[in-house]
Amino acid sequence: MLDDFFIRALFAGIGIALVTGPLGCFVVWRRLSYFGDTLAHSALLGVTIAYSFELNIAISVFVISAIIALLLVNLQKKTNLPGDALLGLLAHSSLAIGLVVIGFLSFIRFDVMGLLFGDILAVSLNDIIIIWIGGAIILLVLRLIWKSLFASTVNYELAEAEGLNPDKAKAIFTILMAAIIAISIKMVGLLLITGMLIIPAAMARNISNSPQQMILFSVIGSLLSVIIGLFTSLEFNTASGPSIIAASLFLFILSLLKIKQSIKLKN
Amino acid sequence: MVESSIKMSLKNKTLVKLNNAGFRINEKWLVQGVSLHVERGKIITLIGPNGSGKSTTAKIALGIYKKIEGQVEKYTNKIGYVPQKISIDWTLPLRVKDFMSLTESLEEEKINEALSLTGVIHLKDKNLGDLSGGEFQRVLLARAISKKPELLVLDEPVQGVDFTGEIALYELIKKISEELNCGILLISHDLHTVMSATDHVVCLNGHVCCSGSPIDVAQNSEYKALFGDQASQTLSIYEHKHDHIHTSEGKIKKN
Repeated sequence: MLDDFFIRALFAGIGIALVTGPLGCFVVWRRLSYFGDTLAHSALLGVTIAYSFELNIAISVFVISAIIALLLVNLQKKTNLPGDALLGLLAHSSLAIGLVVIGFLSFIRFDVMGLLFGDILAVSLNDIIIIWIGGAIILLVLRLIWKSLFASTVNYELAEAEGLNPDKAKAIFTILMAAIIAISIKMVGLLLITGMLIIPAAMARNISNSPQQMILFSVIGSLLSVIIGLFTSLEFNTASGPSIIAASLFLFILSLLKIKQSIKLKN
Repeated sequence: MVESSIKMSLKNKTLVKLNNAGFRINEKWLVQGVSLHVERGKIITLIGPNGSGKSTTAKIALGIYKKIEGQVEKYTNKIGYVPQKISIDWTLPLRVKDFMSLTESLEEEKINEALSLTGVIHLKDKNLGDLSGGEFQRVLLARAISKKPELLVLDEPVQGVDFTGEIALYELIKKISEELNCGILLISHDLHTVMSATDHVVCLNGHVCCSGSPIDVAQNSEYKALFGDQASQTLSIYEHKHDHIHTSEGKIKKN
């Protein structure tokens, strides 16, 4: 029989995968992987603040990540620094501040490894509720901004000219990124969340030829990664985050074989 | 009472109106002092040399540039746009039919109809990245007309299209303006087509050089100075007096 904690982890993981699948496609399309990384790094600060003031981790991480995201957008407008330099600046400084704060919190037992790489033992019933409700809200909002976001991903000017609202969609999507990081941090760990977003989407790109198809495959890939990863984690006692990411990498490699085949067919 | 009703009808007919509009990046003006309006069922063409602000003017009218001088009044939201340059990221798997309903969901029928009109129905299931330049241009035009817009903004819509196709597409554009009774803001380098199919021509060179009916503009000395005598020979008989000359930046220097 499966243990309770494992069933909880499975429920949480499936909830996360259903959201990272579609969101990950946009991260790949809009070239936001480093942006996702920056938000994830800043999540450590959110976690330490949650511990310090005994707040809910997901909510605290969401608030801090959203603030960092808005800060980034502002800095991009005000300075002449290139985007990647700003991302690096914010990612590492917020990670550093988070670690410094952990140093001060010596009175709390802190599982840094669990924070960085995820811990399935840590998933509580409360977390599952947050993941499923939060995830449903994220998907609903994504559905609402879909047209503007997708059209402006293809071409900003077309979207703007034909009466959609790309700037608003972009801002909302940024907040959604902060939200998905907040709800998946316990499970996947902050160093690996971006992988969870990108790798299944990249796998899906290899085997799909329309946006809807890519999202579908990305969701399937994410689900498979979570399920395979969690069973591996249980079997070999490995950290949950790395196991899930390794499983998604395995699927990605399989998808490369499909490309090789179709190239052969073309020739 | 009478005045307001005239105003209303004017408003209903006018789709977009630029009033002394201009746009600059830092200190450099891309275009300034442009006044024009596009009405239902009329084709307005912008002509002018490279860098004269044609595309900029179109983007001002579309509301893509927001921090502008002067005023833009838009009376419609049903707009179809064919940009001059479009870069599409191939990390996105996108077929022609996905692209067709990009900004508005369309029924299969309407998609087929528009693609047939521009002669690319056979490409419907192809990936956008696999099209040639001319094919892509036809798809762009099909997309813009498929949702039956009230205002069409076409920035060099037939670039890269083969010679016979070019003529057919210009005929199509004229037909669309009549059938849909939509206003068209057209940017074109093809002066012959412009002169034959347009209701109103605006000649730009950083500002509005001259404007009027095609024949008026062809006779304008400004126009000749810009495009050379040959361009105007076919249509012009008269000479006009210069009232200003251009600096190298395309600004006006009064005589």
